[in-house]
Amino acid sequence: MIGIEHYVVVSSILFVLGVLGIFLNRKNVIIILMAIELILLAVNINLVAFSSFLGDLTGQVFAMFVLTVAAGEAAVGLAILVIYFRDRGTIAVEDVSQMKG
Amino acid sequence: MIQLISFYLFAALTILSGAMTITARNPVHSVLWLILAFFNAAGLMVLAGAEFIAMLLVIVYVGAVAVLFLFVVMMLNVDFAAMRAGFIKNFPLGLLLALVLLAEIAIGLGAVGAGGIQLGTPDGSAAIPADVSNIKAIGHLLYGKYLFLFEAAGVLLLVAMVGAIVLTHRKRGDVRGQNVSRQIARRPDEATVNMKPEVGQGVKL
Repeated sequence: MIGIEHYVVVSSILFVLGVLGIFLNRKNVIIILMAIELILLAVNINLVAFSSFLGDLTGQVFAMFVLTVAAGEAAVGLAILVIYFRDRGTIAVEDVSQMKG
Repeated sequence: MIQLISFYLFAALTILSGAMTITARNPVHSVLWLILAFFNAAGLMVLAGAEFIAMLLVIVYVGAVAVLFLFVVMMLNVDFAAMRAGFIKNFPLGLLLALVLLAEIAIGLGAVGAGGIQLGTPDGSAAIPADVSNIKAIGHLLYGKYLFLFEAAGVLLLVAMVGAIVLTHRKRGDVRGQNVSRQIARRPDEATVNMKPEVGQGVKL
């Protein structure tokens, strides 16, 4: 019997993997963006599971909005990445603080 | 039985591909693992009875976001070997943080197992109807109760699109584009001139 706990466990492991990914790949901003996508995916799984568990569709509607925000975030993030790379020739995020002025 | 097997299959593959996403050496492989993670998460959502969100996940994430990632990874000519320099150094701290987070979630799950807290029940305004399909029910909700939120999401996408275009658009100085309005505004009398130069003399414009 699959219960809500199973879904919560899967989504929490996925969430922690996303946070771990941000820490492991401190230099590579592309992987950091992918890790953020993993975190949002974990949140979406949680929302859908609880929506199904409680018999209330609001969770699924909210998951759709999270999806919208994730798509916008990926587009703008990658656009910033592209202009940063055009400027510097590298995507090392450690040097981003030099971008002032 | 098939529910159990498919749940554990989807869950295991989601977690495995999530782990491979953050540890793969090549970012292109990372994106491909991310696509697998999205697919299996969509499978999990189908199992939970949310077909619409699952299909949206496949279309939006796999079709748009992951392809965008792939495009950027392949377009940028980055030395990815140097990018991994801090991987080992950051590993202990990251693992510690991940373990702390997991422990917190384990505490929460233990509390739920011991009885949990009373959160109340849904008010029923968005209850899942038994007789209509998932897509139809979500459509009723989106175009009814959540219409303004839905439109706000559309505005958000528009702003993100304009932002991405404005950020990446650049004016190149080394190409000469066509100026249509100038071409159309030209009249024959200012475009051509009748001249009678002396023999052996050039024409000065």
